[in-house]
Amino acid sequence: MENFAPLLQYLISGLTNGAIYALIALGFGIIYNATTIINFAQGEMVMLGALCAISIYHVAPSLPLAFAGAVVLVTCVGLVFERLALRPVKDPTPIALIIITVGGAVLIKGVAMLIWGKEAYALPPFSGNDPIHLGPATILPQNLWVLGITAISVLALEAFFRLTLVGKAMRACAYNTRAARLVGIAAGRMVQLSFGLSAALGAGAGILIAPLTLGVYDMGTMLGLKGFSAAIIGGLGSLAGGVLGGLVLGVAEALATGFISSGYRDAVAFLLLLLVLFLRPQGLVGGRK
Amino acid sequence: MTRLWFLNRWVLFAVVAGGIAAFMDQDYYYTLLNFIGIHTLLVVGLNLLLGYAGQISLGHAAFFGLGAYTSGILTATVGVDPWLALVAGLAVSGTAAFLIGLPALKLRGYYLAMATLGFGIIVYIILNEASDLTGGPSGLSGIPSLSLAGFAFNTPRRLYLLIWILLGLILYISANLVNSRTGRAIRALHDGEAAAESLGVDTFRLKLKIFVWSALYASLAGSLFAHTLNFIAPSSFGFMFSIKLVTMVVLGGMASIWGSLLGAGALTVLPELLTVFHDFEMVIFGAILMAVMIFLPRGLVRGILDLYENRRYKRQGGSFPV
Amino acid sequence: MKTKAILGGLILALVGLGLIFLGCGDAKKTAPYVVGGIFSISGPASYLGEPERNSLEMVIGEVNAKGGINGHPIKLTIYDDEGDVTKARLHATKLAQDKNCLAVIGPSLTHTSMTTLEITQKAKLPLISCAAGSAITAPAKDRVWVFKTAQTDKMAVERIYQYLQKTNLKQVAILTVSTGFGVAGKEQLLSQASQYGIQVVAQEVFGEKDTDMTPQLTKLRGSTAQAVICWGTGPAPALVAKNMKQLGITIPLVQSHGVASKKFIELAGDAGDGIILPAGKLVIWQQLPDTDPQKAVCKEYAEKYHAKFKAPESSFGGYAYDAVRMLNQALTKAGNNRDKIRSELEGLKNFVGISGIFNMSPEDHNGLSPAAFVMVKIEKGEFKLID
Repeated sequence: MENFAPLLQYLISGLTNGAIYALIALGFGIIYNATTIINFAQGEMVMLGALCAISIYHVAPSLPLAFAGAVVLVTCVGLVFERLALRPVKDPTPIALIIITVGGAVLIKGVAMLIWGKEAYALPPFSGNDPIHLGPATILPQNLWVLGITAISVLALEAFFRLTLVGKAMRACAYNTRAARLVGIAAGRMVQLSFGLSAALGAGAGILIAPLTLGVYDMGTMLGLKGFSAAIIGGLGSLAGGVLGGLVLGVAEALATGFISSGYRDAVAFLLLLLVLFLRPQGLVGGRK
Repeated sequence: MTRLWFLNRWVLFAVVAGGIAAFMDQDYYYTLLNFIGIHTLLVVGLNLLLGYAGQISLGHAAFFGLGAYTSGILTATVGVDPWLALVAGLAVSGTAAFLIGLPALKLRGYYLAMATLGFGIIVYIILNEASDLTGGPSGLSGIPSLSLAGFAFNTPRRLYLLIWILLGLILYISANLVNSRTGRAIRALHDGEAAAESLGVDTFRLKLKIFVWSALYASLAGSLFAHTLNFIAPSSFGFMFSIKLVTMVVLGGMASIWGSLLGAGALTVLPELLTVFHDFEMVIFGAILMAVMIFLPRGLVRGILDLYENRRYKRQGGSFPV
Repeated sequence: MKTKAILGGLILALVGLGLIFLGCGDAKKTAPYVVGGIFSISGPASYLGEPERNSLEMVIGEVNAKGGINGHPIKLTIYDDEGDVTKARLHATKLAQDKNCLAVIGPSLTHTSMTTLEITQKAKLPLISCAAGSAITAPAKDRVWVFKTAQTDKMAVERIYQYLQKTNLKQVAILTVSTGFGVAGKEQLLSQASQYGIQVVAQEVFGEKDTDMTPQLTKLRGSTAQAVICWGTGPAPALVAKNMKQLGITIPLVQSHGVASKKFIELAGDAGDGIILPAGKLVIWQQLPDTDPQKAVCKEYAEKYHAKFKAPESSFGGYAYDAVRMLNQALTKAGNNRDKIRSELEGLKNFVGISGIFNMSPEDHNGLSPAAFVMVKIEKGEFKLID
């Protein structure tokens, strides 16, 4: 029983971070499904989301407005990125695409540094800062917001892909682009949509986490890499896999900090990535490829 | 004709490099050239992997760091002979690359990128955290200089001789590798793996070989770096440096041995000359990576030459032979 | 054809490069005193380098406006190392080969200072570092040409432990960041504890960019600690304060001098109230008694910096401010002789600076004592002098 109290606290910490990783992983997955591109700039969308929301809040202190405004802005960035950086590529080999999206990530980060500087900024929590006692552990209202909005986003995405015509069209593109074109699906549109959608998800993740972690121009790189690891761990391109991967990664990190050593927390995350890559490259839920 | 030109390039390299050594007497320029040499070593290795084998490493700074720290720790803390430590560094980096490449290269596309990226971050964290061994984030000092038969490479000028002679050697080996039977197989690999397989190339073994080879270059560069600075700190071996190396390859030109010298040289000298680089460094690197890959996927130098020749062919009414 | 074109380009490039190098011979200049500066003006540590550069330029501007030192104007050559050891090495080499350069101020960080001093030591060029690491000037017998103006972590820890001893807190938990600053702090916290009868009952670390310290703090909560000491810079220590509040940990939180800035108070918000930390006197100079000799120096610096740069003064800029004033004093007496400048710096006594009162000696090239720090507490968003 004595060990239970910290364990619960580790789980709260792990699940909150895990939910953020899951949102980012979903962003990777959506683009991968539509294009088989790994968009290394996904983490920067998270950073842009957080910083845009903070800036909007600074001008007009309304959280819903900041949230909506930032999501819209970052979605536009995602669409522009696809239009300017990826569509003109003449020879879309995986190498070229990796280099372009990595370049995009560095560029966006550099521009953000010029706009916002190197300082960190705070965003107030969505509803108060008073911890809620949960047995022996405590949880902040913001943690609940993160978990709740992630859950809703996942369900909404699942419904979108299964129930709506556009969602079905996107899935069709993922399975077989040429066949999808033959039945009249505008594949280019779908690619664009996937970039917009994943940028929106990333921005949402950034805004959700900003009250807990502060917003700073270089926050995106590590979050992006973790989300990316989550996507691989779960199984690239699988929605359920992304969510599972994110949560597993978040909890593993928290437990490693608690029980092994806090200095190697990030190493644990990437060790997990390497292990999955080597032992089960299709991910935890992915089928054999 | 080609053969003759090929020979001449080496003569030119030796003449220019030797000429500099004979006429220049300023430590600053030697130091700059030494860093260019070390960066070129790294970039040539990465270019073999990226440009020729069509595989990407986003954690090449890790092999550079392994070389530097193996040399640094063995010489400064244990007191091993620097040359022996250098060889030990090669062994460590080579083994690490082998172990990562073995599973990752069996898979396609993005997997080596991910595996090397993860590995790079893990190595960086270990360099920071294992402070008893590595000196931690404040760095490791007291690394002795290399010496050969009593001749210590302890001034920028002497180091220049060592680094650039080694670099010439490595460039020569690389050029031969690329023009050999293996080299042709490697290029076949880049153009199409299935096609290469059908020609009887064992693509997996070949990719693995190139990957280990490029890690060895990085390790050698790392050891030289450690003995040049006599002091190393983890901040030189982070993710951003890996990105910088990829930028150097891309700028100089994929699959171009001499382009590597140019890419490394340009991105080492320009930040020194232009203060605009300082706060804009990330923006510039990002823009180079994107613009070159979108518009001139064969690299800046080759891309511009291609464009030029393409236009000329068009003027003559022909089409550009690919 | 193409081969030829490439070759042509290559020749041009290399010859061009060679010409640039050959053309850059140094013209001999005599009159002005040349002083070098290497700071992390851009890059992740620009919060150090920028105020340092500004302070250096401010002082030199004043000196030159008054006609220089003994009639010699001072020529400043300032470089930006971006926090990168390679660049710091290049700049140090460039300054060292300039025969007219009399001394170098900077670099801003411990690791860049360590690589710079390899060069300046060999060139017998006085270096006054603005970084904290004690390894920069210790042992002073080996670091003949190196001095530094920033307080060391050892003094900050002494002040904290003295304070804890007074308030009768005996068991502490420490939480340090994995950077040079944090590692050095941790070493001092562990090695000095027993002298003050203090027991470190738990120790945890966090990454510079970490954003959630609840797992570490949960672990500390399970210990018998009566106070938490956090050692870090940047936003992470503010998150530690927030996370402690979230977890309902009510024992006192002690932070390091690395967070002694308004920005920290702003980031920590409500969670900042009650935090205790050692700080240089510049942070609370208005609250100092008039008898304190540092009050006047701090006042002058704060007001001048404010007026000139329209930005708040910082202790970091103070490191360079002290360094350049020290150097000016040495230059006035020693002229353009590097060896004499070095002796003057080593013999400096009762020099009242921003960071403390310096008393250099052949055994101590920092010259500060723990009295350089005061203990302050954050109350209602302000630093308040408590000890």
